[in-house]
Amino acid sequence: MAVTAQDTPAIQADSAETTTTDFGGIISPIEIVRIAWEGIVRNKIRSLLTMLGVIIGVAAVITMISISAGTEAQIAAQIEGLGANLIFIQNSFGRGGPGGDNNTPSLVFSDLDVVKSVGGVVGTAVEQTSAESVRVGSTTLTDVPLVGTTVDFPSVRDVGIDEGRFFNETELDRSAKVTVLGPSLANDLFGETDPIGQSITVGTTKLTVIGVTDEKGVVGNTDFDAQLYVPITLAFDKFVPSQFRQFAGDRVRVIYAQIEESVDIENVMLQIELKLSSVKGVAPEELPFAIQTQQDIIDTQGAATEAFRSLLAWVAGVSLLVGGIGIMNIMLVSVTERTREIGIRQSVGATPNDIRLQFLTEAVMLSLIGGILGVILGVGGSILFGQTGDMPTVIVPSSILLAFGSAAVVGIVFGFFPANKAAQLDPIEALRHE
Amino acid sequence: MNPIIQTRNLRKVYRMGDIQVNALDGVEIDINAGEFVAIMGPSGSGKSTLMNIIGCLDRPTEGHYILTGENVSDMSKVQLAAIRNRRLGFVFQSFNLLPRTSALRNVMLPLVYKRGKSALAPAEREALAMQALKTVGLADRAHHHPQEMSGGQRQRVAIARALVNDPVLIMADEPTGNLDTKTGDEIMGVLHELHQRGRTIVMVTHEAYIADQTERTIFLRDGKIDDEGSF
Ligand SMILES: Nc1ncnc2c1ncn2[C@@H]1O[C@H](COP(=O)(O)OP(=O)(O)OP(=O)(O)O)[C@@H](O)[C@H]1O
Ligand SMILES: [Mg+2]
Repeated sequence: MAVTAQDTPAIQADSAETTTTDFGGIISPIEIVRIAWEGIVRNKIRSLLTMLGVIIGVAAVITMISISAGTEAQIAAQIEGLGANLIFIQNSFGRGGPGGDNNTPSLVFSDLDVVKSVGGVVGTAVEQTSAESVRVGSTTLTDVPLVGTTVDFPSVRDVGIDEGRFFNETELDRSAKVTVLGPSLANDLFGETDPIGQSITVGTTKLTVIGVTDEKGVVGNTDFDAQLYVPITLAFDKFVPSQFRQFAGDRVRVIYAQIEESVDIENVMLQIELKLSSVKGVAPEELPFAIQTQQDIIDTQGAATEAFRSLLAWVAGVSLLVGGIGIMNIMLVSVTERTREIGIRQSVGATPNDIRLQFLTEAVMLSLIGGILGVILGVGGSILFGQTGDMPTVIVPSSILLAFGSAAVVGIVFGFFPANKAAQLDPIEALRHE
Repeated sequence: MNPIIQTRNLRKVYRMGDIQVNALDGVEIDINAGEFVAIMGPSGSGKSTLMNIIGCLDRPTEGHYILTGENVSDMSKVQLAAIRNRRLGFVFQSFNLLPRTSALRNVMLPLVYKRGKSALAPAEREALAMQALKTVGLADRAHHHPQEMSGGQRQRVAIARALVNDPVLIMADEPTGNLDTKTGDEIMGVLHELHQRGRTIVMVTHEAYIADQTERTIFLRDGKIDDEGSF
């Protein structure tokens, strides 16, 4: 062609002879991203509204997963706190225990010797509890949990001694008036003063403090740091006198049996069950005791967390879906609002594919930005929850990836329909659009 | 003579239910390189329809349209986009600039959609857009947004955009239609200058005194060329 440019340098590749068959490709991805980005910042409020659903969805996913993981970690820590290879023997609910009928056998102190005699049992402890008032000078605390127990309690329940010592066999035999305090109780009673050797009045009985335990915190429903320990013999004499002592012996709440590492725990449990039932003179299946391991307790708790987790997954999934529909909704409005822009772009050479990619990229970028904001909100929220609420939280890095990935998928899936609609617009009608 | 545009028996039929509108009814025109042509005619005579087809924004129902020797009447949407991008520049009555986008970015727009071997680096695009803005006398407004500009300035940005891809043909559908007489004359000044530099321009106008400034006027009436035409 003879037409040459006088006012702009000629672009050689675009001379009139160039065929039009090489226009099927797409423009540079950097340019697509740039165009999409311009579209996003040109209308910040609309963009924010578009992202809102994804922000909330992603934040919900991360927060929920961190709550669920936190709960699991808490349970795991509690179970670890129960001590390794431990068997719990307790009265079954509604049977035998205090208030149960007299013909049903109860768990009593002498059953401890039965449990001890089972092969594979390396340590035992019993527990009987009550709530007492404790007085030191002018300080009086009420409803302090008192635990009557035996000398192996610290090793069986994995409670360390911080100061002084635990009571010994001699003190147990003699119902010695000694006590060991949990650290927070010791602090409440004595503050800075050294409690060892001091006297405290528990109920009406004066006891001498001989030790303070290490911090252990809350395990299950028990705050180990706030209770006091006395020899169980003293507990029977002074604090939990059983009204049936003459007939049934001294009732205990629980007997712990620590099992040798290598033995089969199921077998030990069976042995305990058989021995106890023969001592009580009932058939094994009539024995009104629950004999459980940590695993049983884990399983009960685990089933609950499983249900909790699937509920959370549903909530999170639904909120991401709602976020996606939000994107589609506002993108559709945006395509209508920007019909003229689409027409302008088409008039200077944008192909349907260019337009489709622009809007799809915009949707994906919006959901990714929404994803980032959602991650920030979710992580921040989880940390805040963990610190202020009573929900423990643990941020799971893979949940961030999961949430982010789903946001991207949501952007592609829900951006596709509006992007296609934009691509199919007719240039003349688009240009005429008000 | 060197024809840039040749149309043969060009027809455009709009059907709306039972009613059939022959917006173009066998239009045959030839426009040569370097010409400055005005198209006039009453409202509804088919001027915009013709411009849209010449501008490859639309396809004729029937007939042939040969642009620089190539039959574009049955090209695909993508091929038409390529033609618009590489050979044509369009100036609209209502400017059609992207809002909240600088004049420079607006002018660069056609270059953004170049691809493959003819794709340009950002710096090249910017240099070409800057040069086009200089041509229309708006180099100092490159970073202003359209809403910060007067109508005349906006139309000059639009002309720069039509110019930036070095098109074989610039089309303008009532480029002065939204402007007052003085600003309209200013825009005509820019178009004259482009014509003097060798550009081929086809322009629709309603104003006889504007059409009189061109080399040749084509009259349309009811979708047909009216040879005796005048108002
Ligand atoms: N999309 C369409 N659908 C149906 N009819 C249409 C369409 N576009 C144009 N027409 C009809 O085609 C005819 C020509 O319209 P066109 O817009 O080309 O006229 P024009 O000469 O540009 O008029 P004006 O001077 O008012 O701009 C008119 O009768 C119009 O109603
Ligand atoms: Mg018109």
